[in-house]
Order: sequence, then C-alpha cells, then structure tokens
Amino acid sequence: MAIVDMTAREMASAVRNRELSATEVVEAHLSEISAHDREVAAFLLVLADEARHRARSIDEAIARGEEVGPLAGVPIAVKDNMTLRGVETTCASRILAGWRPPYTATVVQRVESAGAIVIGKTNLDEFAMGSSTENSGFFPTRNPIDLSRVPGGSSGGSAAAVAARFTPLALGSDTGGSIRQPASLCGVVGAKPTYGLVSRYGLIAFASSLDQIGPFARSVEDAAALLSVIASKDPMDSTSLGVGFDAAGIGEGVQGMRIGVVEEMLDGVSSGVASVLDSAIAALEAAGAAVERVSVPAARYGLSAYYLIAPAEASSNLARFDGVRYGLRVEGEDITETYLRTRERGFGAEVKRRIMLGTYALSAGYYDALYGKAQQVRTLIARDFAAAYEHFDALISPTSPTVAFRFGERSDPLSMYMSDVCTIPSNLAGHPGMSVPFGPAENGMPAGVQVLAPALREGVMFRVAMALEAAALEAAVPEWAKAAGSGGAA
Amino acid sequence: MSLEDKYLITVGLEVHCELRTSTKLFCGCANVFGSPPNTNICPVCLGLPGALPVLNRRAVEYAIAIGLALNCDIRRSVFARKNYFYPDMPKDFQISQYDEPICVEGYLELPVAGKRVGIVRAHIEEDTGKTTHVGSSGRIQGADFSLVDYNRSGIPLVEIVSAPDMESAEEAREYVSELRSILVATGATDGKMEEGSMRVDANVSVRRKGTEELGTRCEIKNLNSLRSLGRAIQYEARRQMEIVEEGGRVRQQTRHWNEDQGVTSSLRSKEEANDYRYFPEPDLVPLEPSSEMVELVRAELPVLPPARRAALSDLAGGKPNRSELEQIGTCIGLDLDGFVSSAAEAGLPFKLALSRAANELAALVGAGEALSPEAFVGVLKAEDSGRLSATQAKAVMARLAETGGTVEEAITALGFVGLTDDEVGSLVDRVTAEHPNEWGRYMAGENQLAGFFIGAAMKASGGKVNGRVFSALLAGKRESARS
Repeated sequence: MAIVDMTAREMASAVRNRELSATEVVEAHLSEISAHDREVAAFLLVLADEARHRARSIDEAIARGEEVGPLAGVPIAVKDNMTLRGVETTCASRILAGWRPPYTATVVQRVESAGAIVIGKTNLDEFAMGSSTENSGFFPTRNPIDLSRVPGGSSGGSAAAVAARFTPLALGSDTGGSIRQPASLCGVVGAKPTYGLVSRYGLIAFASSLDQIGPFARSVEDAAALLSVIASKDPMDSTSLGVGFDAAGIGEGVQGMRIGVVEEMLDGVSSGVASVLDSAIAALEAAGAAVERVSVPAARYGLSAYYLIAPAEASSNLARFDGVRYGLRVEGEDITETYLRTRERGFGAEVKRRIMLGTYALSAGYYDALYGKAQQVRTLIARDFAAAYEHFDALISPTSPTVAFRFGERSDPLSMYMSDVCTIPSNLAGHPGMSVPFGPAENGMPAGVQVLAPALREGVMFRVAMALEAAALEAAVPEWAKAAGSGGAA
Repeated sequence: MSLEDKYLITVGLEVHCELRTSTKLFCGCANVFGSPPNTNICPVCLGLPGALPVLNRRAVEYAIAIGLALNCDIRRSVFARKNYFYPDMPKDFQISQYDEPICVEGYLELPVAGKRVGIVRAHIEEDTGKTTHVGSSGRIQGADFSLVDYNRSGIPLVEIVSAPDMESAEEAREYVSELRSILVATGATDGKMEEGSMRVDANVSVRRKGTEELGTRCEIKNLNSLRSLGRAIQYEARRQMEIVEEGGRVRQQTRHWNEDQGVTSSLRSKEEANDYRYFPEPDLVPLEPSSEMVELVRAELPVLPPARRAALSDLAGGKPNRSELEQIGTCIGLDLDGFVSSAAEAGLPFKLALSRAANELAALVGAGEALSPEAFVGVLKAEDSGRLSATQAKAVMARLAETGGTVEEAITALGFVGLTDDEVGSLVDRVTAEHPNEWGRYMAGENQLAGFFIGAAMKASGGKVNGRVFSALLAGKRESARS
C-alpha cells in the first residue's frame, strides 16, 4: 500500500516501529502535493522545509529510543485561520496577507506535542464565511473527486487536502457546518466537537459563540485519535470545558441503540442524498439499532437565527482589522478614511455582507427584534434537541442536502446559505456533530451522513459513525489516485 | 438677583478608577505606571487575531470590595462588548459590563454636605491604550501623526456611576474626595488622580428654581483633579444658565474641559454619538461570584472612612462643626485618624489633636514625611503643658519628621529646653533691673509692658524662655514688691 493511502494510525505505528521513517512519510505527502496541488489548490502555504526538519528530529528521537507522541511522524494540515508562530496566517483574506503571528494556537501546540507534523496551511472561505471556498481572497480550492466542483466550505482546503491524500489529517473549524459540509462534499470524515471541548485560543474568530475546531480524516478512528489529542482544558480559553475525549469504546457497535432521523433536515434533499440516507438507516438497523423519525421543531429556524447571531459576532470580531496595527493599511487623509479604505480593499464581498448584516442586527432599536430574538431561538433549539435526546441516543440526517456543486452555480447568497441547513442547529445548541462518508450519491460524488449527539457525548457519536463506516461503500478517490492505487496493487 | 440664585444645578458623576492588581484584567501583563511605551503588552491586550481574554480573579475581588464599601448589592454579571473604532482600542471594542453590572444600588454619605448620594452601579471594564496626537491641534483630527502606547490597554478599571444627587461643584468635589478615600481604604486603587488612576466625567444640568423637570445634561469628560472638577462644573453650569436665560435650549453634548482656558467645548452632540451595539461578550462566561467569595472579601475589608469618621466624631463629643468635619475628612483621607485618637486616649484635648493632625501633620505627610503616633502625642503633651509654645510645637514636629529621634532630643536640638523656674526668676530680676523706667510704669499698672519684658527676656535667653512662665513670675515679682 502506498504511504499516502495509509491511515494516520497506521503511519504513526509504522514510524514508531521503525518500519517507515517520518522523513519518508513527509516526503511521500510532499511529492503528492507537488504533483497535484496545482489543480486542487488546497494549500495557501506548504511548509515543506519546516516539515522535513520536524520529520528529521522525530526520526532522531526515535533512533535515540525516546518516547514519541501518539501522532509522531503523521502529517497534518491546518486551516489558515489558526496561528502558528512566525508563519503567515491570513484567514484567506487580503487584509491579513503577510501577517506573521507571534504566538501559536493551543490546538497546533497540542498536535505538535503529539508528534504530528504541520505540512501546510489550507485554504478557506475568507474568515471562514462561506460553503464552497470560492470566497477565498486568493483562489478557490477544487474538489479532488471532480475538479469542476467545489470542495465545500469554509474548511474546503482541509477537506480537499485529506481527500486528495496530501495529508491523512487536517484541522478545520466549524461555525455552522464548515467542517462537516466540506467533509461530506469531499468524501472524508469531519467532526465538530461539543462547544468548549477544544480550545479556541489562536483560532481567528468568526463567530465566537459558535466556532469550534475539529478533525478531518479519512477514517473515523483517525478522526477520533486526532480529537483525543486536541480535546483538553485550556486556561487561555474561558469557554474551555475542562474535559478531554477518550476514544476507547468507539468500536463497540450500535446494537440496542436508539437513533432518530431528524424530520426537519429532510426538506429539499436531493434524491441521491436521500437514498444515501436510506441505505445508512438500513445499515444501522442491520447493525442492531432501532431507527425512527423524530421532530426537532425549532431546528427549522436555525438558519434564520444563525444569520443574525454569526454576523453580529463577526461584525465585532472583525472590527480590529482596521489598518492600525497589522495587516493591510491603505492610507487615507485621516484615520476614518484610513479605516474605510483599508476595509474596503481588504475584505471580500461576503465578509462585507456579513459585517453589514451583523452591524444592523446589533443596532439600537433593532437589537431586541433581531439579535435578541435569535438568541431566544437558540434556547428553543437546545430545548428541542434535549427533548429528542430523552428518547434517542443519537440523531442522524444528511450532512448537506446535495452533493458538491459546480463553481459559480450558487451565486445567490441565500442558496449558498442553504448548504448548511442541517449542520447549523448543532452549532447553535453547542452539541457535537460529524459527517461520515456514505456515498456516492449523484454523479459519483460522495455524500455524508451526519451523526448528532448530546453535549459531550462524542463517544456515542463516534460509535454510530464507526457502524456507518463499516457499512459504507468504498470511498471516492481522485482520478490520479485510482491509477496510482491499481499501480500499487500490481 | 444673580443667575446662580435663580437656577438649581444637578450633577451626576462617573468615576473610573484603576485597580491595583499586579496584572492586567484579561492577561498576565504587568499593571504598572510609567514603563517605556509598548513594553507591557502581549497578544491578548494587543487584541491580536485569535487571542482570548481570561478574567483576573483579583480584579473581581477588588470590584466586590468597592461594591461592598459603597453599600451595593453584588450581583451575577455579564461582560459585554462596547463597539466603536478608535486607534488606541486594539480590538475596536471595549470589554465592559452593560445591562448586568456586578455592583448595583448603593450609596455614599457626604459628611460635610450632610447628604446621601446614590450609587447607581459599579462595573468592571478594561482600559484602552493611550494616544498622543502630534501636531498643532493636539486632537486626532488635524494631527500630523499619532503615537499609541498599549501599556494601559487592558488595565482593570471599575466605573462607579452616581445618581444625579449633587447640587453644586462643592458637593461634587466632596463626593469625589470621599469616594477616593473609601476606595483607597479598600486597597482596590491608589487613587492617584495625577497619574490617571482616578478619572472623573461629570454630567451637569441646570433648571430654574421651582421647576421639577431636570434640564438637558452635558457630560464633561476626563476631569483629572478636584480643582478641574470644581471649575469645570461651575463654568458649565454658568454656560447652561446663560443659554436658558437667553431663551435658548441646552443641547445634549459631550464636552471637553480645557484647563488652561478654563472653558468647556463641545466634542460631539447626541446626534453624533456612537451606537455602541453592546452585546454579551461571547469569549467570557457570566461572572457569578459565590456568596463565599463575597463574604471572604467582606471579612477582609478594613474599617472604612465612614466608620472611622463616626469614631472621631464620638471623640469630638458627638456633633462636630463644619470645620471639624473638614479636618476629620482630611485626617481620614491621609490615614491620620489614628494619631488623633491616640492623642485623645492620652488625655489631650481633642480640638488640639485634630487641628495639629489636620494641619501640621497633614502638611508633613503631604511632603512625603512621617511621624510616629508616639512622637505626635509627645509633642502635643509638651505643648498642652505649656512647655512648648504652639510655634515651638510645630517646629518640633517638623524636626521629628525630618530627622527622627525622640521628642526630648528634638526639643534640645532646637534649643527649646525650658529654663528652670529659678533661672526664669533671675531673668525677671535681670530685665526689670536693666529697664527701671519701664519697671516703674509696670508697677504703676501699665500691664501691657509685660509684653515688653517678655521680648527682652526672649532676647536675653536666646528664645529659651517660656513666655507663660515668665509672665507668671513677673506678675509675682510685682505682687511681692507692692506688699
């Protein structure tokens, strides 16, 4: 088997047992990146030299017989909205081009302490605002399964990098589905943990009360392994819950579990995605779970509430990009004009749209009717989920109503926003959710099944995900990998 | 009838005080004054992308102490973002508390004015950086360039908002002075107005006597001394009275006090005011101080100025007059009430002790010098017994503060050692013999000549003679000569 087809856990074990060197692992992935990232454009920055250097020091440590971390020698890609000291971090925005943060995000520190090797910073919709990575301020990322289609977003670069076998692991952030939707569209596993399970320190905020960092991988176990590394108490993040995640027991199956199918998340779903969900239900029943439909009524209002709360927080979070201290500065006659020109030129259209929406939602005279009401909806959604979880251990739905769409196909913002209708409610409730590939649906494109669980019940979520993965068809792979895969087998 | 007689003034004050924590409100940077620009900074207080605030527990304890000292309820509170653009605010929002502040509904007594001023709220917030505008205007508009120092960014503040219960510049000054001494006593702040650790904004309005409805108010920003506060309120009230008197309407404005010219000028009107778009700060969780925490802070509070004032008033015999109240206030503000009570316990007259503490001792402390309570009591004893004159007693206090040592040593060093009665007696004999003419007139009943002889004796003794003793012996000599 080619190195790049191995799982992260296989790579880590091969490196630890000296069957492979970290250097070989890194070189295999770097050569894949240099061969194919010109088409995919998953990375904003490839850290080839740094990765080689890290790989060498891990190999030396192993040669000296030192203990290495659980992810030693495993490459990982980091969405470019997380800081790495001294390495350009842009959020795919021209306003931050060239900014080198003086500190490293807690999650990045954790994966590095576990021995993982950061291989590059991945593309995203500018400031994580979007569902296709078309809103990147630099260039769009393509879906490795079909280069004429989007990879989803906003963590499109991370999802595409994992699907393209540029890396077995990646970190993304999910504010309304930004890990799960691109995972579904690219045919990989992506999980959004409970709000507060993973530190946000060093994650450049889009909407602070909704943002959560999570793993991408090609297998459920790899995603769980990465989550167990990044989930922890962080004194630098006041919203950190102070618990970890233990992946033990996720393979115990779903025998006897009660699983609900969320009715409100079935509207407007394409026939291909609907049939994927039907086979997933059949697979779970075959594995011994009792599957029933369930209503979570307030979930219907998730999208509306989200598009008030998230832009409101974003309008405040993004105020600091003003040209005074770092990033782009376009000088004006006075300070006000400098603010205006810098932000006019530095931000893209979608970011400006959301800043305006959010500013409006918080304005005197509108606050109660807009932001205040949206917060009430949020409470209702959490309440309705809690009611559902009285009868069900976990819930499932499609991750996204459709498979990956073509570039430019959703130029109307509202139709783009609909991509996240199934994923948004769990951000509003603060609950975990993940996408497991169960495709293909239409046109040979992958589609994911979303698994939802109550707060801090990631263990249950991963058990359901493991059962789905066991029953799923062969994962979709890029064209070039099919050729390489047959070559490798011969 | 002057304008001031026709109008009532209403004043409400917002006082920002810096907390004396060792680190900033949301990060571990040092909270110190006077460091070189931009040296006490980190990703959090610079608001760098991705950095998050973590609340300083000590700051919360100080805020609770302030609330308790001002008789407030301590509540569950929520941090909020106050959004506006300004270059010295690194996130372009300030983390403050808005509709759910930690302290509410307290009061503060003004002893001299004899009234109670309501405290509407006291809340925690972070300070901004400091901008220096370089150029002719000294303001951001028209500056050639501006320099920003973020050392102050994130320093913990408590903002204390009074009810509009004050009716003169004098009451406003007393409020700030009393508030300051209470805050300093809690240990929450050093109260140094000149270093900006206490900054005052004054809301001023006027209305014609006999009307009920308050006039439109103007807010004067950043008054950095009691003197500025008093002058600014007087100027602003007069300005508003003149507008109303001429049939005009006061416009709601934020105004700037120009210390040099002694005038206020408009910064912005209500229409230009920012919509701050407050909303709950999602990066912090609600602050719910446990009752254990509140009680722990309460237990650690020292005896506060109102209680200390009551103790001194008791010594004064219950009802101090206005000037005594002011002296008591001075003593408490400078932590000198212990001197007064020590003297009173030693049996010394209260008025003497209070006056020496509020005047001479206060002046010494103001100049950065100190005196032990024992030395203070010793000097007062010497003065009360007649051994030292008032002038001598003051000189002894100054000497003790400067060089230390015992009261006796200071008296000797200054040459105030009293002559024995025999020595004074021979001095009486000597000066009367030297001035037979004056002696004759004194004998004949010209009592005012006693002063002449005291002067002569002072000269002869080099100032060592005690005037009271000399007078007594002089009178005695005349008695025995007549009999």
